[in-house]
Amino acid sequence: MRIVVDLTRCQGYAQCVFLAPEVFELHGEEGLLYNPAVPDDQLERVRQAAAACPVQAILVGNEVSVGGR
Amino acid sequence: MAGDLWEGRIVIVGASLAGLRAAETLREEGFTGSLTVVGDEPYPPYDRPPLSKQVLLGQAAADATGLPMRRDPDAQWRLGVRATGLDPPGKRVLLADGESLPYDRVLIATGTRARPWPNEREAALDGVFTLRTRDDAAGLAERLAAGPRRVLVIGGGFTGSEIASACRERGIEVTVAERGPAPLVGALGGTLSKLAVGLHRAHGVDLRCGVTVTALRGNGQFTGADLSDGSRVDADVCVVAMGAVRNTEWLVDCGLAAGPRGVACDAGCRAFNMYGIVTDDVFVAGDVARFPHPLFGYQMLSLEHWGNAVAQAQVAAHNMVNPGPRRRPHLAVPTFWSSQFGLNIKSVGVPVFSDQVVIAQGSLDERRLAMVYGYQGRVTAAVTVDMAKSLEYYQSLIETAAPFPPGPGAADGRPLLTEFTLPSDVPDPKELSHGPTVALTGYLPDRRLTVVRPTG
Repeated sequence: MRIVVDLTRCQGYAQCVFLAPEVFELHGEEGLLYNPAVPDDQLERVRQAAAACPVQAILVGNEVSVGGR
Repeated sequence: MAGDLWEGRIVIVGASLAGLRAAETLREEGFTGSLTVVGDEPYPPYDRPPLSKQVLLGQAAADATGLPMRRDPDAQWRLGVRATGLDPPGKRVLLADGESLPYDRVLIATGTRARPWPNEREAALDGVFTLRTRDDAAGLAERLAAGPRRVLVIGGGFTGSEIASACRERGIEVTVAERGPAPLVGALGGTLSKLAVGLHRAHGVDLRCGVTVTALRGNGQFTGADLSDGSRVDADVCVVAMGAVRNTEWLVDCGLAAGPRGVACDAGCRAFNMYGIVTDDVFVAGDVARFPHPLFGYQMLSLEHWGNAVAQAQVAAHNMVNPGPRRRPHLAVPTFWSSQFGLNIKSVGVPVFSDQVVIAQGSLDERRLAMVYGYQGRVTAAVTVDMAKSLEYYQSLIETAAPFPPGPGAADGRPLLTEFTLPSDVPDPKELSHGPTVALTGYLPDRRLTVVRPTG
């Protein structure tokens, strides 16, 4: 699974950092860094983080899979 | 009528953020026809902002930034093939492999590419990079991991500053060469550029402003560069971060209003032809678009912003499958962010559309502040440094054309410092190494000059 955080929306509430610290990390006071490729064992925590985000900035989903040309 | 629009053939040219979000939106809106997405890179849509941050810091692999889908757009993906032309009368997109794709409606979302170093031989030296694509980032991250003695970054815009920040965080010596008076000055104006100078210096960046790089040296392998002040920088890696070039060459001679500043379109994302007549089957979205915005004097804006790519793609897709009266305008207020030297810089509005600024909260010394930009007595932009939660308030001031300087509202317990307004000090972009990521493509409002960007 992949995630992308809409950082124009993110206001640094850092709920995701508490819920999935192996995927989300604060860089300084409010800059968010995250691992876009979610390890399988973190998926449930990442889903919780996405649900808990006060500004709903986290999108979890599958990468585009390109079938035959 | 509407039924026709939900069927037929739609081609999206550009398989990055705007292309993907447009494809998803078309299906959400009920489009049931055939959908083809063309991309010149061989990869499915991926996210670019992490390339200058997580990837350079070694925290994520360059091939790990694939964008998640909101829903499967059920599209045919033609990746690794470049669009070479558009034939509006024949309604076809021409591809580099000789094929042509017929369409009923087409979306142009070809974005930008990194402005290359102008000397081709020097640009080809091993160790000279630009940073725009996943492959660029993979190559640069590998060099940084190998522990170069010094990295030279040409251009002190957002990308150049983020690269310098990543280098310092990894303990790598870095020199930044910027032709203008300070980093970020082209996007944020004079006052905040002083904060940027302080940040670079405090983090040990060898910052050289007011200089140009006159030559890249090396025999096969990059070894250093000559600067216009007569000095020389010895380095193993060079990153050319001189802004972006819009991918419009493939549209030359097709009759659309397309050129170095982008593809002109109306507020509904419909492309103009060269006579200024709006088309109804060619749409534009993302970094390549140039569109009028009522909050900024109806000037044509070109925005190299993640959020604009998403919002404009959604409006374009909606309008591609809805008849006239149900169409929507793209009125989103421009917003962007940059993470560098441990600070979170966010902007709303158009900072270069200003004549005065005021620090409304915080201070330069604390490196935590909200700066408000005004033009002729009206709030036009705000930038926060580590104060993202305040930004929404200032956005509401911009959207309501509130008076500048602003009254009390988001004050953080201290009086607003609004009596001390300063000139916004936005330079002519011609004098900078870095391109502003918000380009007023009409004129600088305080100077009544046409802004002409060199095509380089």
